[in-house]
Amino acid sequence: MSVSPDLNRRTLLRRAAAAGLLVTPAVGLLSACAGSTPNESDNNAGEKSNDNPFGLQDGSAVKVVIFNGGLGDAWAKEDQAIFSAKHPNVTVNMSSTQKIKTEEQPKMATQPSDLIMNSGADLMDLSTLVNEGAIEPLDDLLAAPAWDSEGTVADSLLPGTVSDGTFQGKFFVVYVAFTVWGNWYNGALFDREGWAPPKTFDEFFTLAPQIKAKGIAPYVYDAVHGYYPRWALMASIWKSAGKQAVVDIDNLKENAWRAEGILPALEAWEKLVKDKLVLPGKLDHTQSQQAWLDGKAAFIQVGTWLKNEMAATIPPGFEMKLSDYWGVTAADKAPKDVFAGAGEGFVVPSKAPNKAAAKEFLRAVVSKAGSAKFAELTKSLASTKGSGDNVQDPALATANELMKNAGSDLISVKLWDFYADLDKESQNLSQELMAGRLTAAQFVDKMQAAADKVAKDSSITKQTRNA
Amino acid sequence: MRHGVARFVTGFLALPVGLYLFYVVWPFLQAAGYSLTDWGGYSDRQQFVGLDNYIRLFSDELIRKAFWHNVFFLITVPLFTIALALFLAFLLNVGGREDKAGIRGVFGSGLYKVIFFFPQVLSLVVIAVMWQQIYRADGQGLINGMLMKIGLVNQDDPITFMYDPEPFLGVPAVLWWLLLIAVWSGAGFYMVLFSAAMQSIPKDIYEAAILDGAGRFHTFFRITLPLLRDTVSVAWVYLGFIALDMYALVFVMTPSQGGPNHASEIFASVLNFTAFQKGQFGYACAMGVALAIFTILLAAAQLRITRRERIEY
Repeated sequence: MSVSPDLNRRTLLRRAAAAGLLVTPAVGLLSACAGSTPNESDNNAGEKSNDNPFGLQDGSAVKVVIFNGGLGDAWAKEDQAIFSAKHPNVTVNMSSTQKIKTEEQPKMATQPSDLIMNSGADLMDLSTLVNEGAIEPLDDLLAAPAWDSEGTVADSLLPGTVSDGTFQGKFFVVYVAFTVWGNWYNGALFDREGWAPPKTFDEFFTLAPQIKAKGIAPYVYDAVHGYYPRWALMASIWKSAGKQAVVDIDNLKENAWRAEGILPALEAWEKLVKDKLVLPGKLDHTQSQQAWLDGKAAFIQVGTWLKNEMAATIPPGFEMKLSDYWGVTAADKAPKDVFAGAGEGFVVPSKAPNKAAAKEFLRAVVSKAGSAKFAELTKSLASTKGSGDNVQDPALATANELMKNAGSDLISVKLWDFYADLDKESQNLSQELMAGRLTAAQFVDKMQAAADKVAKDSSITKQTRNA
Repeated sequence: MRHGVARFVTGFLALPVGLYLFYVVWPFLQAAGYSLTDWGGYSDRQQFVGLDNYIRLFSDELIRKAFWHNVFFLITVPLFTIALALFLAFLLNVGGREDKAGIRGVFGSGLYKVIFFFPQVLSLVVIAVMWQQIYRADGQGLINGMLMKIGLVNQDDPITFMYDPEPFLGVPAVLWWLLLIAVWSGAGFYMVLFSAAMQSIPKDIYEAAILDGAGRFHTFFRITLPLLRDTVSVAWVYLGFIALDMYALVFVMTPSQGGPNHASEIFASVLNFTAFQKGQFGYACAMGVALAIFTILLAAAQLRITRRERIEY
């Protein structure tokens, strides 16, 4: 047998192309969409009691997926120990990953894990999960008795946790961390130089030349992920224009972005960029945080997971302290409101085989013992009340203090959870504004146009927030 | 072929073909099926919507932008990669001295071959991560750091590479920087491919040409290139596929996967956003199918245009 003489490279290529073998770019893309037939099973048949409110069955197994990001996953193993102490006959299969969507989305329509911590850059879009009916409402978890304290689970959670996890009137997402955002600074450096962290942009612009004179850039931020600068922009908008302005933005009200107070807040950011108060270069989150730790910049804006994320490289003598986001002037409408909220959310897929165990596991996660371990190991507050009471740490202490002095409302923005299109657009525009390619006025125009487009698009399910 | 041989061959092929049909062809068909529905990707609820998704493709601004970016790569990636690979292959094989032993490559060509081929053994994601450090947009980046040391770049104004949407020749700078990586990582393989093809060209053709007084320029354009036509055209098709993909580079390297502000958006990144962020799998599948059809048409057209008599030697 010999290779037929007419089979040269060209003909081989042509035949292969005809067979669809060579559709290389399309291969991955096409098969990414494939699914398979669903397969339902339910072993939700145990006896219900106060110690076992969801009728968890002995001998069953529960698959838990943990997001292993800035907070690590050591705390989750503590929760597993707490859970197993009460239910020794239930097998917990815990795994951790950074690729939540990549690994979990393909299984959602068929055989998902029982409990998924939907967090990180690769998370599954929440509004899509809710609209598709892919995750289970967890209102019965809220009503269940707390694991190791008086009252119900709902009673044991910090304010904001339940409302942050509520979509279309139902509670879907159990956020386990309580994050406080703001501007971080090195307490040791500020004490030495006699600087005080500013409360408004006016104060910041006064302080900035002194910082610059020391050869330090006044500000640095993550220029790679658009949602980092967006937190700070939205916080300034809230402080300057007041809560109702942001609620209107989230509800896609007509001309919501043109409300009084929004433009001045964005103009302050425009000035910060134009006055070259930002560390030159485009750094990602860890690079910018390291530059800040190295003393190249005075302020960095990020949430309370910062300490845990950078734990390995904090220089000796560096005092990580958190101050509130800046308002614009003394005349701001809501100067004392703090950007804080529950984060790192767990969801239970509707098709999960062992939902009872998933809910019971969540009850252990938000228990007093579990949340105390969480705060201890991550140096971040948990969404359960009193989690940080026994942790000695200056970063956590300043966050705690910020919360104690906070105004009546917590700053929260729903826009990016409600609409994927506006999530993308607001990230892009925030980056453009911070790169100096957009003016504040252009930012407002473009955001308004994007919001109007979503408002008119009938294929997008609309959501509303009341408070 | 005798009958027994056919059975023997079939026996060996049944399993791989079966696996191929199940894991490759079947998902293709499923994707084509989903593209006619409004499936969201997270549930088993879906409705048949006919060709709505495809009609929507034509009025989608983002898709149009991504399409032109892909066309940019479709033209530039093969062009620059093949030009560079041909140049290197020529130097390594027939670019050196001519002496009694005949024609040969430049001094140390064996070593150069290994160096140029090296990117090919690295996975694309490894390459992307490595270039992130090279392109890092502050004084610690390889390029920025060096240029700052010799004073060509201002400390306070580093080159921003992946974050630069300013157009150069009408195309965002970020795409040109991505192109550089694609060409760098691809040229080595095609250099080896062209080297092999060049070595199969009989040396006496070159010697005859040299006796007739042809210089390097003429030997390349009159002899090497025409005789490599077949290989180059195959390379062109392959590189076309790579250019239509480009997903790994865009995904790992650009801000917001297609940024800044959509400046590096390509078909695959829009598809990814539509499917996984917006939860419109049906529409995303339609994009995938459209891209597949476009690719097949392109390959067919390309092979037809370059079809020609083969030269036997």
